[in-house]
Amino acid sequence: MTTTTKPIPKPERAKPRIDWRKLGGRVFQAVLSVVLAMLIGALLLLVSGTNPLTAYRSLFYGAFGTVDRFAETLVKATPLLIIAVSVSICFRAQVWNIGAEGQLILGAITSTWVALTFSSLPAPLLLVLSLIAGAIGGAVWGGIAGILKAKMQANEVITTSMLNYIAVYLLGFLVRGPLMDPNGFNFPQSALIKESLELPRLIPGTRLNLAFVLALLLVAGAMVFWRSTIGFRTEIVGASRRVAKQIGLSVGGTFVLVTALSGALVGMAGWGEIFGLHFRLIEEIARGLGNLGIVVALLGELHPLGMLVSSLLFGALVVGGNAMERNAGVPFALVDVIQGAIILLILARTYFFKKASAS
Amino acid sequence: MLAFDGVEMRYPDGTVALRDVSMQVPQGQFCVVLGPSGAGKSTLLRMVNGLVTPSRGTVTVDGLSVDRKTLPRIRPRVGMIHQHFKLVAPFTVAENIILRLRGSLFIDMKKVQREIAKVAEQYRLEVDLDARVQELSVGEQQRVEILSSLYRGAQVLILDEPTAVLTPQEADNLGVILREMARQGKTIVFISHKLEEVMKVTDRVTVLRGGRVVFSSLTRETTKQELAREMIGRELSGLRSEQAAVVLALAGAEDASLAAEKIANGAQAVIEVTDLHVNDDRNLPAVRGVDLTVHRGEILGIAGVDGNGQHELVEAIVRLRPVQSGQIRLNGKDATRWDVRDTIAHNVAYISDDRQKDGLILNFDLSRNAVIKLFEREPFSRRGLLNFDAIDEFTKNLIEQFDVRTPGPHVAAAKLSGGNQQKLILARELSQSPSVIIANKPTRGLDIGAAAYVHERLLAERERGAAILLLSADLDEILLLSDRILVMCNGQSMGVLERQHADVQTLGLMMAGTPLASIEKQGAIS
Repeated sequence: MTTTTKPIPKPERAKPRIDWRKLGGRVFQAVLSVVLAMLIGALLLLVSGTNPLTAYRSLFYGAFGTVDRFAETLVKATPLLIIAVSVSICFRAQVWNIGAEGQLILGAITSTWVALTFSSLPAPLLLVLSLIAGAIGGAVWGGIAGILKAKMQANEVITTSMLNYIAVYLLGFLVRGPLMDPNGFNFPQSALIKESLELPRLIPGTRLNLAFVLALLLVAGAMVFWRSTIGFRTEIVGASRRVAKQIGLSVGGTFVLVTALSGALVGMAGWGEIFGLHFRLIEEIARGLGNLGIVVALLGELHPLGMLVSSLLFGALVVGGNAMERNAGVPFALVDVIQGAIILLILARTYFFKKASAS
Repeated sequence: MLAFDGVEMRYPDGTVALRDVSMQVPQGQFCVVLGPSGAGKSTLLRMVNGLVTPSRGTVTVDGLSVDRKTLPRIRPRVGMIHQHFKLVAPFTVAENIILRLRGSLFIDMKKVQREIAKVAEQYRLEVDLDARVQELSVGEQQRVEILSSLYRGAQVLILDEPTAVLTPQEADNLGVILREMARQGKTIVFISHKLEEVMKVTDRVTVLRGGRVVFSSLTRETTKQELAREMIGRELSGLRSEQAAVVLALAGAEDASLAAEKIANGAQAVIEVTDLHVNDDRNLPAVRGVDLTVHRGEILGIAGVDGNGQHELVEAIVRLRPVQSGQIRLNGKDATRWDVRDTIAHNVAYISDDRQKDGLILNFDLSRNAVIKLFEREPFSRRGLLNFDAIDEFTKNLIEQFDVRTPGPHVAAAKLSGGNQQKLILARELSQSPSVIIANKPTRGLDIGAAAYVHERLLAERERGAAILLLSADLDEILLLSDRILVMCNGQSMGVLERQHADVQTLGLMMAGTPLASIEKQGAIS
């Protein structure tokens, strides 16, 4: 009996590799989490004497009601989407990188520094250079945690969150010292980048800019990544360190790879924030985006398209929440409550649905 | 007296482990439950002390039906000896036994120790009560477990594959002890795969297959061959003749291949290991100067009691473990400094002993598992992108060629039975026509049918010309497949036997640490 395999015949046709039933179940779970969280919010609204319908109407209208509002939702969704795509790479390798905040700050710092230092270069070239610089800044910051994990088994949850603090204070130092705007009346911020470096607006009159396109490109890139050999390697390391060792994959090398890669992408998000929105380095550049991005990734089931949807949802919550505060007199804190409830329900969902499917 | 009455076990996911099992073990009887893996043996016996609750039917111990209320009374009456002992290594034997006494705040050590010694004497369990458990051999630790149960008043003793970890001599010794206990009125039930020992020591044998009792008889009224057939059951007719031959050979038939002839004919040496030293996980020497050679078209079996360096030897050869000193040559190339990827690149097949942890990623589907070592090669990926059509096609071929029972290539490996998981691994490892095959306990935990399939495949690979290194804890398997047998003890080779000169007695002595040379010398003197 021969055990050699026959030469692989030409594939007849590509078959869909999507398990629709499983996908449907997951989407249902995600939607259910959000709906339940909204219901909890509604309860709170009732208790505080506001009609939930009025409040939610103004939230929805605030997020999607006009082109301007919708554009703003996309603006808020942009960094969240990039961060979610990045951390999902680490998460699928079971590397719990929660350092997006720090990586974004580093990306913002390095890209701004390049833009300010080499301002004599032609704008398109400088824009690309600063994007690369942002990616490198983020990659280094992420990679440090990867190297520490690979070489010393340092827990990445600890190292990445520590690196977040270092990044925050480094930024604080820079905008008060070396990078402070000399003509800025002592505000803790850098000088403005050249106007020619500002990312083009996609819809005139709104803040929606090219960074959103970058985010969409990264989503597409992620879809390709998970069909690549490196993506498969990442998943093997995530699924079983033991098997990875058995087949000779470098587990430590993969740690460094995924942390650096995800740091690079987050660094690009920092670039997008500076060159698309703020045009200068400010202290609040990250403002909790890192952690929110992680939630977006989890709600999106770490799937590129899922994360696209969940980033829109969170963008809408932020933008609509502001509108709700103005129009319905509901404090923005309620949006925080809803976000918190979503997080709890995501965590609980895994538990409840496992139980349900077991019985 | 132990009785099962219409016991059924149905899991929430719909799998049925046991259907309508009834059996009685009268007091003082020594009974064995035999059956392929997955037949429900462990599940059945775990019901006796309440570790598993039957969905239907009752289990009674000495007339007391097992339920939540009676458990506190039943537990001390039932001694359950698992494969992994539950002992505290730095404690002495006496301390380990006392540890399990409940309800006494102060203990008169001297008195208790006297009592234990009395029980030990009564059942001829030779154990040094003051020895620390970590200094004891596996066989002695097992005796401690038995003694501990007896001291607490066990009337029923249940042992889950007790001989799997023992040398042949220790296993014989255990048989004697258990017989003596049965004679003194204890009820004994044990689980086994080994027909030899079943025939030798038990009173009654019950065969469980697919969750049902398919056969039950007094041991003296049956034969090994009959039991082997019962364990395989109806599948036997579906098996091809050579497979059936393999199975019957397992039960003691003879077949000889002539290794010496092959070597004399100048078969090429494919695996060459010289003066190899390898450390274990604690970084202590585990392999201490082993030499071995495996030729083209030859199976070299490595026998030995678990934990004598065989595992480390094998892992060093497939480069999962660093070599301290010595040399490994594969296909004439120096492989001592290779890494795992080099072995894969040079077509070294490795069948790991833990298929669920090392061999497969259980929540990956079959197709991903099939290419887990090959995905970076054409046609499975091109320019860094996976080619799912090629991967699916490859997987379907493997499923067909190796008769993997699965609904399709996109089912999670976890959904397959153990035998089919192993077939998938075999398919993957053999798909590239390897010149070197390292099989580390390839049939561990498989039922006889699946094991026979693995054996057949390995023999076919030998015919094809592969050099196969086979490590197994099962002597029958070693004797069945190997052309030559190397026995390891304490990290060293006790010598290499031609298969036709190998008998269980010699192998047992070698496994216990007597070098072949000195056995032959003694033989010459006497």
